[in-house]
Amino acid sequence: MVYQVKKDSGFAIIHLVGDIDLSCSPEARKAILDSLGAGQPTLVDLSGVTYIDSSGVANLVEGYQTAKKKSLEFGLLGVSEAAFSVLELARLDKVFPIHGSLKERLAKNG
Amino acid sequence: MSDDYALEVDSVTAYYGSRRILDDVSLRVGYGEIMVIMGGSGSGKSTLLRHMLALNKLAAGSIRVLGLNIARATGEELHKLRRDIGVAFQSGALLSSLTVGENVALPLREHTDLNDNIVQISAKLKLEVVNLGGFDQLYPAQLSGGMIKRAALARALAMDPKLLFFDEPSAGLDPVVSSELDDLILKLRNSLKMTIVVVTHELESAFKIADRITVLDHGRILISGTVDEVRNSTIARVQDLLQRRSRPSELSADDYLERLTAHVKRA
Ligand SMILES: Nc1ncnc2c1ncn2[C@@H]1O[C@H](COP(=O)(O)OP(=O)(O)O)[C@@H](O)[C@H]1O
Ligand SMILES: [Mg+2]
Repeated sequence: MVYQVKKDSGFAIIHLVGDIDLSCSPEARKAILDSLGAGQPTLVDLSGVTYIDSSGVANLVEGYQTAKKKSLEFGLLGVSEAAFSVLELARLDKVFPIHGSLKERLAKNG
Repeated sequence: MSDDYALEVDSVTAYYGSRRILDDVSLRVGYGEIMVIMGGSGSGKSTLLRHMLALNKLAAGSIRVLGLNIARATGEELHKLRRDIGVAFQSGALLSSLTVGENVALPLREHTDLNDNIVQISAKLKLEVVNLGGFDQLYPAQLSGGMIKRAALARALAMDPKLLFFDEPSAGLDPVVSSELDDLILKLRNSLKMTIVVVTHELESAFKIADRITVLDHGRILISGTVDEVRNSTIARVQDLLQRRSRPSELSADDYLERLTAHVKRA
C-alpha cells in the first residue's frame, strides 16, 4: 500500500492505494486518526484499493466513530469494487457516507 | 504448477495404527473454488482434513497447501501458512472460558500486533458477517448449536484466510439454520473469492454450495467431479450413497418391507 494526503476544498483527502492488509493497516490507521486529530473533515479515497482486510475496514469504522465524536465529517470516495464487496459483506455500505468522487461530494453541498 | 491450485492432494495414504484410513486419495482445489468432500460417517473425511492441515503425518503421498509442500515445510513455513488458513472444526472448539467476542479476537491477538480497538472492531465485524452481531459478550455455553457453528466460522475468518476449511457445518442443525450457513459459505466465496473446502454428509447442502464434489468411501475416492457429474454418475455405489440419503421415500414398497424385516431372514 502507498498513501497520499492532500487538502482540497476544506477536506483532508487520504488516498489509499494497493493492498491494505496487516502489514500496512496500522500506517493507514495513523493517517486517518492524525487527520481527524488535527480537526479536519476527512475523506478516504478507496478508488485505488485492490484488497482490504478486516483490520483495514476496522480502521475506517474507528475513523468514522472518532469523527462523529468530534463532529467532523468523514466519508469514503470512489470505493473500488474490491473494497465495496468487503464493506457490503458486513453491511457497512449502508453505514458510511460514500461518494463517487470529491466533486460528487461537493455537489451535495452539505 | 503448484500456483495453479490452492490445494493439491496427491496419492495420500494414511493409517491410524495399522488400520488404513485413507487409500491413494488425490484431489485438487482451484483458487476461489468451493470443494465439498462427502462420504458416510467413518469414511475418512475428518482424517483427510487433519492431513490437509498438517495435524497428522502422512504415510505416503504429498499435500500442497497454497503452494507449500507441508511434509517438507519448516516449522516457520507452517506457522506462516496457518495465518492464511481458517478452520471451523466439527465440534466448534470455542474456548468456554472466553466470551464469543474474545474467542473470535483470539487469533488476531496471537498472530498480530494490531491495536486493541482494531482487534475488537475486527472481531465484531466477523460476528456481523455470520449474523451474530451483538452476541459478542455471551459465552459459548449460552449459544445454540447453530450459533456455535457460526461463532466458530467467525473465528475461522478472523485472520481473513485465503483458504477456509469447514468440517460438517450442518451436522446437528435444523434445515433452516443449515441452509443459512450454506448461503453464508456462498457469500464468502462470492465476495471475498475465498477458496473453501467443506466436509459434509448432507447431500442437499453439497449440491447447493459445491463447484466440485469428492466422494469418499472407506478411505478411497469413489468419484470426484462437478455437481452434475456426481449427480449423474452411473457408478452404483455413488447412486447408493446419494439415493439412500436424498430420496429415502423413493424406496419401493417391497424394498421398504424388506428393510424392515431383513432380520427375519438373517435370524
Ligand atoms: N484418532 C483416531 N485414532 C484411531 N482411529 C481413528 C481416529 N480418528 C478417526 N479414526 C477412525 O478413522 C476412520 C475415519 O474417521 P473420520 O476421518 O473421523 O471419518 P469421518 O469424518 O468421515 O466420519 C473411522 O473408522 C474412525 O473410527
Ligand atoms: Mg468427521
